[in-house]
Amino acid sequence: MTEQTRDIHATAAADDKDSEGAHVYEAVGGDWDTITDEASSLHEERIVVNMGPQHPSTHGVLRLILELDGETVTETRAGIGYLHTGIEKSMEFRTWTQGVTFCTRMDYVAPLFNETAYCLAVEKLLDITDQIPERASTIRVLLMELNRVTSHLVCLATGGMEMGATTIMTIGFRERERILAIFEMVTGLRMNHAYVRPGGVAQDLPPGALDKIRDAIPLVRRGIGELERLLNENPLVKGRMVNVGYLSLTGCMSLGITGPVLRSAGLPHDLRKSNPYCGYEDYEFDVPVRDTCDAYGRMRIRVDEMYESLKIAEQAADRLQNNPGPVMVADKKIAWPAQLAIGGDGMGNSLDHIREIMGSSMESLIHHFKLVTEGFRVPPGQAYAAVESPKGELGVHAVSDGGTRPYRAHFRDPSFNNLQATAAMAEGGQLGDVIVAVASIDPVMGGVDR
Amino acid sequence: MTPTVTSEEEPENLPAPPGTSPEPVVMGARQGMFGASDGGDTSGYGGLVAPVLFPAAAVRPYGGYYDEIADHLERALVGGSASYSQAVERVVVDRGEMTIFVARKHLVAVARALRDDPSLRFDMCTGVSGVHYPHDAGRELHAVYHLLSITNGGRRIRLEVSCPDDDRHIPSVVGVYPAGDWHERETWDMFGIQFDGHPALTRILMPDDWPGHPQRKDYPLGGIPVEFKGATIPPPDQRRNYS
Repeated sequence: MTEQTRDIHATAAADDKDSEGAHVYEAVGGDWDTITDEASSLHEERIVVNMGPQHPSTHGVLRLILELDGETVTETRAGIGYLHTGIEKSMEFRTWTQGVTFCTRMDYVAPLFNETAYCLAVEKLLDITDQIPERASTIRVLLMELNRVTSHLVCLATGGMEMGATTIMTIGFRERERILAIFEMVTGLRMNHAYVRPGGVAQDLPPGALDKIRDAIPLVRRGIGELERLLNENPLVKGRMVNVGYLSLTGCMSLGITGPVLRSAGLPHDLRKSNPYCGYEDYEFDVPVRDTCDAYGRMRIRVDEMYESLKIAEQAADRLQNNPGPVMVADKKIAWPAQLAIGGDGMGNSLDHIREIMGSSMESLIHHFKLVTEGFRVPPGQAYAAVESPKGELGVHAVSDGGTRPYRAHFRDPSFNNLQATAAMAEGGQLGDVIVAVASIDPVMGGVDR
Repeated sequence: MTPTVTSEEEPENLPAPPGTSPEPVVMGARQGMFGASDGGDTSGYGGLVAPVLFPAAAVRPYGGYYDEIADHLERALVGGSASYSQAVERVVVDRGEMTIFVARKHLVAVARALRDDPSLRFDMCTGVSGVHYPHDAGRELHAVYHLLSITNGGRRIRLEVSCPDDDRHIPSVVGVYPAGDWHERETWDMFGIQFDGHPALTRILMPDDWPGHPQRKDYPLGGIPVEFKGATIPPPDQRRNYS
């Protein structure tokens, strides 16, 4: 590291000097009464509470610094970075194809969106966007829409649990499990799939996958209906969510908010409609919108979106039925050479492929070796690809210097951006409403911190 | 193309008229071929030096709605602090995307014009991304802004601003796009670009007392060798790489 990189910071961290004179209360599992007694004996109404980063209601490791006046929140700051793992930096040291394995771990609740956004950016850099086989795009759409359902289910389930509604949580996770079983069958894993690859997808759907999807969709739909009946008109839910976490359209636009939060402010902005990718222009679906600007509206939007996603998934399944086509781009300089198959020791290269490269075709062996160890080169330049993830606009800014590795891959995670709205949503409200407001943003810290 | 081309000549074989084909931008050089820089290179390919060429500046017409955006921006900047020719260094249209390279001192004026002019109305800044080009002398650090116009049907453009490594200052766009707040903090944290005028430019992903800026190319990846079944695999940044 050069001396230059080791320079001073714009603002120094707070130290003991800054908190001089302030009274520190320690809440270590004890009773809140003792704290409040202590506070009232000091005639101090203003109190700064550090919530998180290890708090079950903060969706992972989000730290909220709240200034309270009694029960009213007067100032909120969100502290992030506790789950920063340097994925973007690590990607610069792997091939373009290996990048998928890294970025899928960012927003781990919606991994297939990370993969697709990244692959769309790489394909744009390679200038092969038009050459992606239709079947590959349709599989991506099918999996993304199922993934949207699982992501929204997690949002509603954990959000419900944070309000004390355990049944909502169990129903949400039960229905999610049906879709995770589909993911496991198709990609081999329940999360961290690395299934979508530059040029297409890793392998075709296994036999019976479409039947399994068709069987599961009505069950999931019924489960969502169950959830909806529990949530929509539930007086407790409405009492906690209506007019809570208010963020108007003006606030959304200036803070760059996208996704359900923006649509709860009445703007039907959805990248699947405004900037279609993967052939979304050919599917029939609606964009649910509400104008309540509050957590309740966002919850209803998520429920409605799940129905729309299932509609798209059904259409995609019908298309896949009639389209046997390839699932990887025809260009052999880019397409992953191996065909995967399940063997006695798990998934690996198919025996036919091994037989060909080891037994009959020297060229194939060289080709396989070059692509798998070295990877393909991407012409220099930059590209930005965005998809509508369950949380909003997930954008990937990929830069290539002509090498076999990403020169820079930046992920514009929607949760990272949307968390900026925490202060606007929570300040002036009650302490208990902060949890509901944050849950309505649906942040996933893996994506926020990357 | 000039209209005097005779039928025998293939138009695409003719040199482009002067002034219409800017040179690609050299952003560095690539050495060797197979990554075998440490061993005995008997092939001779290891001595290859190839420039890394980034897309050249675009010439009119840019195509699509990009001409319209350039015209409107030129008009919107009239009477402001800087004219179009002063503020815009070059325009690149590559892979169907438009990149406007803006002189850093005029960034805020350009962003404001892009946001406020009714025919441009880029109402959302979807983020700031930093890129470090250590070989781009005098312009080592780039900040890249992606703008989206929901009003005008999902139009997108990219602004790119650069600053030299020994004067890492770029004006903040938070006054125009409040959404840039955390994104600029991230770019400061990762690249060390100081966004002047940012309300609270502190680290956001790394700990407050962290030395250095991890996404810079001169910052090592780190890592330890991994031993597996007797073989030792070096950390990723020390493995053979294919240049």
